[in-house]
Amino acid sequence: MIITTSKPFEEVLKELEGEQKVFIVGCGSCAATCETGGEPQVAEMKAKLEAEGKTVTGTVVYEEVCHELNTKRKFRENKEAVEAAEGFLVMCCGAGVQSVREATDKPVHPACNTMFLGNIVRHGHFVEKCSLCGDCVLEDFGAICPVTRCHKGILNGPCGGTDEGKCETDKEKDCGWTLIYNQLEKMGKLDRFRRIYGLKNWQANMKPGRVIFERKGGGE
Amino acid sequence: MSRMTLLIKEHAKPSIQEILEAGKFLVTGEIGPPKGTDLEEMIEHINLLKDKVHAMNITDNQSSVMRYPSLGTAILIKELGGEPTLQVTCRDRNRLAIEADLLFAYTRGIRSVLCLTGDSIPVGDHKDAKGVFDLESVQLLQLIRNMEEGRDSAGNELKGGVKFFKGAIVTPEAVPLEPQILKFEKKIEAGAQFFQTQAVYDMDNFKRFMERARKINDKVYICCGLVLLTSPGQIKYMNNNVPGVFVPENLAREMEDAPKEERLNTGIRIMARQIRQLIDEKICDGVHIMAIGKEDVVPKILEEAGVDITKM
Repeated sequence: MIITTSKPFEEVLKELEGEQKVFIVGCGSCAATCETGGEPQVAEMKAKLEAEGKTVTGTVVYEEVCHELNTKRKFRENKEAVEAAEGFLVMCCGAGVQSVREATDKPVHPACNTMFLGNIVRHGHFVEKCSLCGDCVLEDFGAICPVTRCHKGILNGPCGGTDEGKCETDKEKDCGWTLIYNQLEKMGKLDRFRRIYGLKNWQANMKPGRVIFERKGGGE
Repeated sequence: MSRMTLLIKEHAKPSIQEILEAGKFLVTGEIGPPKGTDLEEMIEHINLLKDKVHAMNITDNQSSVMRYPSLGTAILIKELGGEPTLQVTCRDRNRLAIEADLLFAYTRGIRSVLCLTGDSIPVGDHKDAKGVFDLESVQLLQLIRNMEEGRDSAGNELKGGVKFFKGAIVTPEAVPLEPQILKFEKKIEAGAQFFQTQAVYDMDNFKRFMERARKINDKVYICCGLVLLTSPGQIKYMNNNVPGVFVPENLAREMEDAPKEERLNTGIRIMARQIRQLIDEKICDGVHIMAIGKEDVVPKILEEAGVDITKM
């Protein structure tokens, strides 16, 4: 899931400067789990903006704001409130914000910072394990990603900054390469660690990413 | 004679490869370039060291702190009549930039390169910068070997190649040690011909590491890295914050017992003693002295150790 954190309210207020009437979009998927853009957070934002003297013309929370056709449909369903708004505050990831951009030409503002593609460890605890590199190397490293779980994303073993299984950048963070070593050792596959990994293709997912699947016949 | 050969001046000093291959104990120092264009102090240090050590490493934005460049300093050392070992990290440059720098370095007579991954960005002074790490130390060694065989990393033919004495780093006191040992083996496989170690203080531990390293490969040269101790505070800091560096209790006490004005001399004495031990017991192939800002005391360390490179 896409992990987001809320921008400070002061920053949101600054974004909305000069816009009196605001429409709020929340996301029932990732942002709801992160508690940055679900129903309760949207309601809270509405109350705080109204306390600052803003008019909230309407709110909507639905699954996958990143779905552009769906977002356009939601905007049609909320036509009156959408048309009354001078600007839109989007409480989800950057993909959702830009999905809203496709649905309107009025100002669109992000209420969140988009952090990473994250795993849910437990409620409110998210970690990054995949960085969407487009050229998956997990097969070679005991299903632990060095590109993501090593701060430097290096491919041939730990750097000199590793210390007792922790990373030089943050003693709270595991050294990905120690995890990989331990896993491969457990599996009796240290030969994979010994293998020299050549230069990685960092353009496997050339930005901006674009995938179009051919439609298979006989389906919908 | 090609234009490139003309650019390479006659080498005044033997290369570290020549010294090691002649079976001599290699003595190298380190130059940390300044932040800015005032090179006066660094030039003083270079002049002070150039005839006392066989070669000087030049750090590459050491600890991720932006400084005068390692390549520029390496050329400066040559101009001043010294022998540089160019440190190349993968933190600030991608493969194109590194390859281009290596072409330039070669045409300017740089013969030894130390390949490092580089510290991470957040430990330095440009904390918001983007870390590059397009490649890392093992891949860098491979990349250089490919260049020596006449091809860049994209497989394109070079018009005029390079030839370097390739070095890398190993941390004998890393915890855990096993992954480090495997990486050491990979570096050798990728083309490393010499190693400088992370700072070592416990000589018995180091001897054990050397025994193991020799069993893995008895052809590569290994030089023991020593960092000058200067105060109890520095020892405490290193023990708590520098991965793979451990100053043992007895040395920490020796420093603590020294009166304030004697601390630097104590550090000098400790390092001189260790250098002597490395040579007398034939533990390794050389020493790499990291005085970290106190380069002016390196001649004194060598004098106390009874080391004179002109008589070795």
